[in-house]
Amino acid sequence: MPSSTSTRIEVGARAALFCALILSCITPAFAADPIKIGAIFGVTGPAAYLGAPEEKTARMVVDDINRNGGILGRQVQLIVKDSGANSEKAISFAKQLIDEDNVVAIIGPTTSGESMAIKDICEKAGMPLVSCASAETITTPVAKYVFKVPQKDNYIVEWLYGTMRKLGISKIGVIAANTGFGNGGKAQLEKYASKYGMTIAIAEVYDSAATDLSALLTKVNATGVQAVVNWSIEPAQSIVAKNMRQLKMPQQLFQSHGFANIKYVEAAGEAAEGIIFPAGRLIIAGELPASNPQKKLLMKYNADYRALYKEDASTFGGHAIDALMILKSAIEAAKGTNPDKMVQAIEGIKDFPGTAGVFNFSASDHNGLQMDSIEMMTVKNGKFTLYKGK
Amino acid sequence: MPLQLFLQYFVSGVIYGSIYAAVAIGFNIVYNATGIINFAQGEFAMLGGMIAASLSHFVPLWFAVVAAVAITAMSGVAMERVFLRRVARGGVLKMIITTIGLSIALREAALLIWGESVRTLPFFSGNEVSSVTVLGANFSPQVFWVVGVTALVVAGLTLFFRFSLSGKAMRGCSANRDGASLCGISPDRMVTMAFGLSAGIGAIAGCIVAPLTQTHYAIGAGLAIKGFTVAAFGGLGNSVAAVVAGLFLGMLESFSIIVVPEAYKDVVTIGVLLLVLFVKPSGLFGSRASGALKDF
Repeated sequence: MPSSTSTRIEVGARAALFCALILSCITPAFAADPIKIGAIFGVTGPAAYLGAPEEKTARMVVDDINRNGGILGRQVQLIVKDSGANSEKAISFAKQLIDEDNVVAIIGPTTSGESMAIKDICEKAGMPLVSCASAETITTPVAKYVFKVPQKDNYIVEWLYGTMRKLGISKIGVIAANTGFGNGGKAQLEKYASKYGMTIAIAEVYDSAATDLSALLTKVNATGVQAVVNWSIEPAQSIVAKNMRQLKMPQQLFQSHGFANIKYVEAAGEAAEGIIFPAGRLIIAGELPASNPQKKLLMKYNADYRALYKEDASTFGGHAIDALMILKSAIEAAKGTNPDKMVQAIEGIKDFPGTAGVFNFSASDHNGLQMDSIEMMTVKNGKFTLYKGK
Repeated sequence: MPLQLFLQYFVSGVIYGSIYAAVAIGFNIVYNATGIINFAQGEFAMLGGMIAASLSHFVPLWFAVVAAVAITAMSGVAMERVFLRRVARGGVLKMIITTIGLSIALREAALLIWGESVRTLPFFSGNEVSSVTVLGANFSPQVFWVVGVTALVVAGLTLFFRFSLSGKAMRGCSANRDGASLCGISPDRMVTMAFGLSAGIGAIAGCIVAPLTQTHYAIGAGLAIKGFTVAAFGGLGNSVAAVVAGLFLGMLESFSIIVVPEAYKDVVTIGVLLLVLFVKPSGLFGSRASGALKDF
């Protein structure tokens, strides 16, 4: 049928012309190549309470940078990959970002397990990586191209033990999710116990998708501990709090910095009252004195995030802003995206206020944060507040 | 072991067991009517909990739960009418695979609608920190709701299948599809009803446990595995057996924590499932003769 063929050719020609027109309109905008930054976040899956705010924050920050003229006059293109907190996926996304997308740096992954999984890949490829996960092992020992912005988990442990010692607690039970984050925290708790004179009477891992922990907590309760430490990032954090109250357990509940998302407080309701946990200052920014170097930045981030996404910012989203701002400052200082110069530039960053703390990087410290980047917090009337002791 | 400690584990076992039994009953209803395993059963529980959680912000809790159960039951009906009836001629395997596909579609749809965050339903009585003490064991008053509603559902179903005309017609269809047609019963309509009923019961299960366990878009798959284990363990198609099997498995999980870390409690469950499938494929209370009548 010749007529239909000719119609088809005509349609094809028109489509091609149309595409050419569109392309010719778009091309000028890309005249200066954009700076491509890769991001691997667990937007969905078990770490979604961390990964989703990270992704939202990263998009917000990149839009903001681009509106203000980009970096070195070049626009920033953020390529986000949702790993679902799965290490295998993180590995293939890292390879994809390095080999196919030709990004200049990667931020994320969200979890410690994923970060450790891609550490070597980035190191071998000479790809600057700014991790948003907390395990000490990510930057200890130092790998040339690998940095991280959250506070180290050993700082968290030392803050927890310090607080317990003040409260006269010496015999504790540890429960942790069976994930990289949970097992990492449990190992740090066990490592530092003797330094602070703590006895861990029981240390158990639970399934990260657990929906009820009453049987496990019954076992913990039977050991006669004075306090319970829960180390996880999953919704189980709220379930532990509820189950302890339902079991009428008298012990103080401590959580890790994984608790610093107000949604966990909402999910636990009244059971969240009085939980003690260490975290960065973002969630209590309003209580900080005006002289605090982080206050202005924290208040702005909180307000911007709330205006755009109609929900409260969390410390996890803050890691994304820190990672991006550190990269921005490094690219500006290195006057380009040469990986070795970028690494040098990051190592030269001093007194840099971020959401997690004031960063002081060096060749031997790829985290840049000290113990003082953390405060002890508690929950009062459904809100986070500074813990001022009993 | 001190009595109080024993009772505390016992109560945890009852909570787990009732949840599994409620999901297993939904499997059984569909199995009886069609001879297939509906792998979207867990998603019904997820939908029930999520819809109720969303509605509870606007309407009284009881109304939110009733509406969630009704909406989920209607989605069960729609699922059968739109998808499963079309593939029914292709045999049970085709239908089972379709339910797997539908479960994935429902899960992804829930992710789009509600996002990744966890929801909770207000406690039916008391709140997060309420606790009652019975013989030294402490637990949330919600446990009474879970156990009570599950018992009511089982009793209601037993009465329905034994005495009501629709119930008898459904049993008739299940026993002999052609014979039932000859008596003027429409098998298609009975299958539709079975899906509506099982979706509604799944939603009830999702609602009564949501205050305790919280709920999110991906909670269905885990519930479905446990529910299926319990249904197979008790003997497919038998709802009273599902309750007994559910409580047994719940106890096993709860007491196993004394020796096995919580993280590995699913190993215990799956181990039991494999054992049953090897040793007595018809389940604890199933008979080989009735099992042989089914295609699957």
